[in-house]
Amino acid sequence: MTTTTIPVEPVAQAPAPAPRGHVTQIRVLYSEWIKLRTLRSTFFTLLTAMVALIGLGALFSEFTASHWASMPAGERAHFDPAQTSLRGYFLAQLAVGVLGVLMISGEYATGMIRSTLAAVPRRLPVLWAKSALFAAVVWVLTTASALVAFLLGQALMSSHHLGVSLGDPGVLRVVLGTGLYLTVVGLLGVAIGALIRNTAGGIAALFGLLLIIPVLGEALPSSWGNHVNQWLPSNAGQSLLTLHHEAHTLQPWTGFAVFCLYGVVALAGAAFLLKRRDA
Amino acid sequence: MIEAHGLTKRYGERAAVTDLSFTVRPGVVTGFLGPNGAGKSTTMRMILGLDAPTSGSVTVNGKAYAAHRAPLHEVGAMLEARAIHTGRTAYNHLLAMAATTGIPRSRVDEVVDVVGLRQVARKRVGGFSLGMGQRLGIASALLGDPATLVLDEPVNGLDPEGILWIRTLLKDLAAEGRTVLLSSHLMSEMALTAEHLIVIGRGRLIADTSVEEFVTGAAGTSVRVRTDDADQLRRLLAGPDVSVASAERSVLEVTGLSSDRIGRIAADAGIALAELTPQQASLEEAFMELTRDAVEYQAPVREKEGQAA
Repeated sequence: MTTTTIPVEPVAQAPAPAPRGHVTQIRVLYSEWIKLRTLRSTFFTLLTAMVALIGLGALFSEFTASHWASMPAGERAHFDPAQTSLRGYFLAQLAVGVLGVLMISGEYATGMIRSTLAAVPRRLPVLWAKSALFAAVVWVLTTASALVAFLLGQALMSSHHLGVSLGDPGVLRVVLGTGLYLTVVGLLGVAIGALIRNTAGGIAALFGLLLIIPVLGEALPSSWGNHVNQWLPSNAGQSLLTLHHEAHTLQPWTGFAVFCLYGVVALAGAAFLLKRRDA
Repeated sequence: MIEAHGLTKRYGERAAVTDLSFTVRPGVVTGFLGPNGAGKSTTMRMILGLDAPTSGSVTVNGKAYAAHRAPLHEVGAMLEARAIHTGRTAYNHLLAMAATTGIPRSRVDEVVDVVGLRQVARKRVGGFSLGMGQRLGIASALLGDPATLVLDEPVNGLDPEGILWIRTLLKDLAAEGRTVLLSSHLMSEMALTAEHLIVIGRGRLIADTSVEEFVTGAAGTSVRVRTDDADQLRRLLAGPDVSVASAERSVLEVTGLSSDRIGRIAADAGIALAELTPQQASLEEAFMELTRDAVEYQAPVREKEGQAA
């Protein structure tokens, strides 16, 4: 109420207002940070992603090293030591994607979203905060894990003189690319969570897009498939993760840019609907 | 102050709220009353900008809710108690809500104490009883020390001690000059807590009056008269606005005349009265009377057994 108007009716004096802070993007970010770190699911899911990256990488590296002698020449020719030590990303993306979806669908499932949107009625700061925060957390953790997985894997393979070093051409790109790829998977999860607003549906949609559609793409006749498949989200994104460029795949950074574009489109759709729909 | 103008909400074909206009004033507790499905929650969600009205508008303290820069300081809301993530502790929930507008940790401690949740504040909300959930909802509503409170069914699930607590709390908050709107489908609860009533049924405004007027207006008041000369008295009382019903031979239910007037007429005619009692409709009866035609879900009267279509 303003202080300048004359009271129309004899009501009791309004209480002295508490210090009034405006809602700002930074404050919403901090609020989302509190939310993220106070759920157990965050901790367990991110731990799963890290264990998958490091553990599976070490396992594949050790396995390859110990079976190198009996490996057929054809397989040896396609051997990519960087990729081998980072193969755990395939499982890690499940954990990251699920948590991304849960960032928003979890609030719809519990009704929390109404408290959230009542506190931030302009809504979009919530989506931006969740996306930025989750991207930052996933990027830091998965990049660090990818580095560990790489170094551990190369150490295991170096006994057979198979390892590569971070200084070799393209290797740093693959290692850092793992964290970047997983970050965009997480963002796609957040966007799809906001679009579908249901955990099961969101997870199905995300992994349908990332894992199932490429498999279906394989079934296309190669005259089509060779053109279409490289543009599918996960195929495009994963071109950042291979050391040697293969036929009918996009150039690493082009592919990643395409993958990011999918993320941007999904987030834009999520923003549009979040603003429009009833909570 | 909450002002609604021609508020309408449709979900496809179904109208949840139709052309609803009302004003909720500061300083009194206003009850928002209606049978289940009358549109109370929808209206409250529109007040908070969670649902967009199909047409019409609603403002809080002069502005649309979403236009406020510090919404938690303007309106404290509790919508369906369980609008809280079950995996988080009560304290962390409040902390995250408070952070959106820079409310300090000390205020979180304060509201935890006000609602009496100190013992369980560090426990996860999933394990809370309905009553504890309600208290947490009220704590969130109080966080920003808002001038307006909007509470959806706050007494649901509370034990008698809790109901008494919230009744006192809301009255105190209103007495401090705040605007308090609480919804309920329990008329009896409203009678004890609210001073003003907004009654809706099937999404339409039925009444916007004080509790007192509501009761008198809805069912009217009748006077119960017991006398041995019932037939003679009935003839004497007859008039254009007077109706007299009789359940027993010696008892009359008179509507349209005050007990004073009936007593005078009887005395003038020398009729001895054994009883002369003004009957007031209970709030519950008044409510049922008003909303009889506006009940969304009514158990159908069962017709012939075994012949259901």
